[in-house]
Amino acid sequence: MNPADVASWISDAQGAFAAAADLDQLKSARLAHAGDKSPVALASRALGTLSADQKASVGKLVGEAKAEIAKALAQQTAKLEQERDSKVLLEEIVDITLPVRRAHRGGLHPISIIKNEISDFFLEQGFSVEEGPELESGWLNFDALNIPADHPARTMQDTFFIEPIESGLVLRTHTSPVQIRTMLAQEPPIYVICPGRTFRADELDATHSPVFHQVEGLVIDKGITMAHLKGTLDNFARHMFGPDVTTRLRPSFFPFTEPSAEVDIFFNNRWIEWGGCGMVNPKVLATCGIDIDIYTGFAFGMGLERTLMVRHGITDMHDIVEGDLRFTRQFGVGL
Amino acid sequence: MRAPLSWIKEFVEIPKSITADQISDALIRVGFEVEEIIHQGADLTGPLVFAKVLSIEEITEYKKPIRYVGLDCGEKETRYVICGATNFAVGDLVVAALPGAVLPGDFKIGARETYGKVSNGMICSARELGIGDDHAGIMTFSEGSVAIGSDAIEGLLINDVIFDVAVNPDRGYALSIRGIAREVAGSLGLSYTDPVDALRTLKFTDTGKGVSAKIADPVTASVFYLRTLSHFDAKATTPIWMRRRIEKMGMRSISLVVDVTNYVMLELGQPLHAFDKSKIRGGLTIKRAGKAQPFTTLDGQVRQLDPDDLMVCDDEQPLALAGTMGGAYSEISETTTEIALEAVRFDPTCVAKNSRRHKLSSEASRRFERSVDPLLAQYASARFVQLLTENSPAQHVATVVAGEPRFSPMVKVDPAFISRIMGVDVGPTEIVKILRTIGCEVNEKTFEVIPPSWRADLLGQADFTEEVARMVGFDKIPSILPPRPKHASLTHSQKRRRAVSMMLASRGLAEVQTFPFTNQETIAALGFLGERASTYRIANPMSEEFPLLRVHMVPGLLEVAQRNISRGAKDFAIFEMGSIFRSAQKLVPMISPALDKKPKKEEIEAIFASLPIQPFHVAGLLVGKVENEDWQGKPRSYTWQDAIAFAQEVLQLCNHSWTIKRSDIAPWHPGRCAELLIDGKPVAHAGELHPRIVEMYGLPERSSAFAVALNALPDSPLVRPSTVGTMPAALQDVALIIDASVSALEVEQALRAGAGELLESISLFDRYDKIGDGKISLAFSLVFRAADRTLTGAEVSALRDSAVKSAEKATGAVLRTA
Repeated sequence: MNPADVASWISDAQGAFAAAADLDQLKSARLAHAGDKSPVALASRALGTLSADQKASVGKLVGEAKAEIAKALAQQTAKLEQERDSKVLLEEIVDITLPVRRAHRGGLHPISIIKNEISDFFLEQGFSVEEGPELESGWLNFDALNIPADHPARTMQDTFFIEPIESGLVLRTHTSPVQIRTMLAQEPPIYVICPGRTFRADELDATHSPVFHQVEGLVIDKGITMAHLKGTLDNFARHMFGPDVTTRLRPSFFPFTEPSAEVDIFFNNRWIEWGGCGMVNPKVLATCGIDIDIYTGFAFGMGLERTLMVRHGITDMHDIVEGDLRFTRQFGVGL
Repeated sequence: MRAPLSWIKEFVEIPKSITADQISDALIRVGFEVEEIIHQGADLTGPLVFAKVLSIEEITEYKKPIRYVGLDCGEKETRYVICGATNFAVGDLVVAALPGAVLPGDFKIGARETYGKVSNGMICSARELGIGDDHAGIMTFSEGSVAIGSDAIEGLLINDVIFDVAVNPDRGYALSIRGIAREVAGSLGLSYTDPVDALRTLKFTDTGKGVSAKIADPVTASVFYLRTLSHFDAKATTPIWMRRRIEKMGMRSISLVVDVTNYVMLELGQPLHAFDKSKIRGGLTIKRAGKAQPFTTLDGQVRQLDPDDLMVCDDEQPLALAGTMGGAYSEISETTTEIALEAVRFDPTCVAKNSRRHKLSSEASRRFERSVDPLLAQYASARFVQLLTENSPAQHVATVVAGEPRFSPMVKVDPAFISRIMGVDVGPTEIVKILRTIGCEVNEKTFEVIPPSWRADLLGQADFTEEVARMVGFDKIPSILPPRPKHASLTHSQKRRRAVSMMLASRGLAEVQTFPFTNQETIAALGFLGERASTYRIANPMSEEFPLLRVHMVPGLLEVAQRNISRGAKDFAIFEMGSIFRSAQKLVPMISPALDKKPKKEEIEAIFASLPIQPFHVAGLLVGKVENEDWQGKPRSYTWQDAIAFAQEVLQLCNHSWTIKRSDIAPWHPGRCAELLIDGKPVAHAGELHPRIVEMYGLPERSSAFAVALNALPDSPLVRPSTVGTMPAALQDVALIIDASVSALEVEQALRAGAGELLESISLFDRYDKIGDGKISLAFSLVFRAADRTLTGAEVSALRDSAVKSAEKATGAVLRTA
């Protein structure tokens, strides 16, 4: 057996494998150059007929040839398999721009979103979030807030009363009774906001709704002044309307605060009435058992619908209350 | 409340350099919102002259009456104009705009041909001149009141600035020029003359016997001035200047007597009422109506009096609804010659009740409700006598007084308190100055402050603080964040609500918020029964259509779904969170503790307990397909399963385990509703809606809904995780044949019971209902695992057999053989 022959088996095999354009051709080449009838296989089988001397030297030669051929085969197989796979994957390309099936677009109501946003802001400021019932005691909704029996807010025009009238039950006209509940239940210092649904007998139109939402804030602590009220409102306004917003306090009247003020914001180049505020009336503090020689406090309140409408440029209240999904879904979950 | 600058200037020295905008800003700064600044006459140019009507030719061939009017405009020749109004006669004086004039709205007047005539100008209504809303007819004036041919712009004092001011309910005194002028002066630091000063010295001698005055109950009124006048002539007319001021205030000139009462009210803030003395029997008494009876007010309405109504009565009958509106019977008429003029300081509450009971809010009641200066009964009635006697032949006969003015008590003010509230240091000298500016008497040493008679609202230190703060200016207060706790967090139930709403939103449900109102028809139509159907009624609902508070969340969702469908939506899912109301609790009369101190603990608890429990629910409605239809065809529709799944996911999110059973409860399909229970208490219902309801609201078939009583969920338990086994699991499948009436849950529970503690999980992987004979097959996959060893085949087989035996015994199941 000639080493040159063995070398040619190897180079023939390598050449044939390299020439195979696909796995089928490679299979034929494999049968020819590595199969049972290939020169290397025949030589391998003929080893038994050789003498011991020859067996060792020829066997080594044939074994090395076998390994070389197997290596060449493996390399080409890997190469062709990869080529085949790439081709198949190319054929499997789809139009990924086709509309895919997704769940319906869910989302939170914009009022919930703004309520969450305000709550989160004040939670970070150290204010807790207090809530109370919508069907409320008239004593908590009016009397305890220094709104006397003959105050216009207590007449049939504004308040929804529950039958029988003697029960004094009302649909709360503001979230202020939650402030009273908080002061009756907790000792100062008190730092809370009270967001919630409120009711007034106003016809539904572009800017009014008989069912609406407020957020109120209440702070009772030692040494609280109107400057703290202003600071809190400025901070709140900047959070809601951006860093450039300016606030203005205008003297006003609310039975439960004295002094009282309206809060205006300068937003989109005009002054807009945003809410009411003031220093908690000592009469109200007295009713809640808070020592007015030690503690002072402030309160403020805004409409959530109004805040939402001003900030987002919504012009019709109907969109907020009707539940049309085309409107609501635009807000997502408030991110 | 309107306030013309020309009138304010009568009491405040305003330099010419101060503009209308500056005055408006000054008012806003001290708490008076200026809603509008009206520049009257700014868009009007002459020539505008007074003219006398010389002739009227009626032109009749047109649809509306047209007059061809000859006018004496102080010119050589008669001027002819066309006019469409008919409220004037030959001899009347009118206002004529001559060619070249421009009226408001850029309406240029010129000579023009119209209705076949040449019209050489125009005679004007108040509206056309931009000085009033009255466009029913042209303005007319009585003989001698204006000079023919003279400039009417000047004559009618047209050029003026009118501020429309919003007055807060605690500042009744500012419902007068006297009050507004004081605020303008105070805010701008200008010199102010109180119009009352000139009236203090006014004295009238009694020349006869006047009508007597009496206050039956001093609670209802403190002081009552009754001035009797005679020799009045109803032909006397209102002078132009007074008429114009009344018009600038947005009121109409009516007759001299009425005009003078209104004028004095507008100037000083004291409502007055003039009676025709000839109609009064005996004297006048302020007293309650005492019994229900009909009473006709000035506006011609017959009102049923309440026994508690406060009235001004003569010896025989009520003549006026006190402080609210006079009666028709004793009204001033064209034949009145003797007048009784009433000026009273009524109790605000009494007038407020009168006004509310009769739903009658008048210029008078608005002022009385907000408290009127008790000194004004004297001075305003004197001003009336002064003005009426100056402008008519009327003479003062007698003045009778009942009661006496009552004033607010002195208050001791601590200057340090004021600074402490404001957060700004205001010195005692500054405080004294401000309090004197607003009319207080201040003792500089003791700081004892006597509020002015017109300020019934200044009762405590906080009230004086507000006065100082608004005069110093709220803009002088710095902006400082208060000291506050470092951190706060939501409560457990607040976090839970947020998590649930975020979960549902991310699962494709859109949140809606509906009005919590309903009606009996809806409650009945949805099939709610018993406690779930009873609720509270609103005494004064927005509309009789929705007088009740909602008993369930689903009806609101149905309405929203219906609305969305009517607007083109097809497939969607929505949810709502909120309170529902069921009147299980008996209501008690309102508990009203005294307000001067904190109520007792028991009282507070009683108030809280008197309120009905208002369950907080989350509910969802699933309509149509789970996804939108697209190029791939129709997705599957929502079914009862999706609704149950959402309810379970809410409970799962809150880390609760529950049991489930079928429920026949409204508004669901009686065979397709699940009730979920925690610790044996129902907390949720879910499934397909009743087909009748689905049809009623026009929803797609099989629409489904869920409702979870969030407030009924216990707090989520502390998680105590079991150890995670790492030994190999052994799987065993069993197929059982049972009656179709047996629920899958029963079979599963029986298998669980029999399988024992080594059972890790069990799941139903096949259900076959084509067996017939009322039987079905259920195939379960059981996973066994021991914590400490690999289970042997024999062990596992024994456990499986035990599970099957348990199922056989409990449910009559039979092992299905291949």
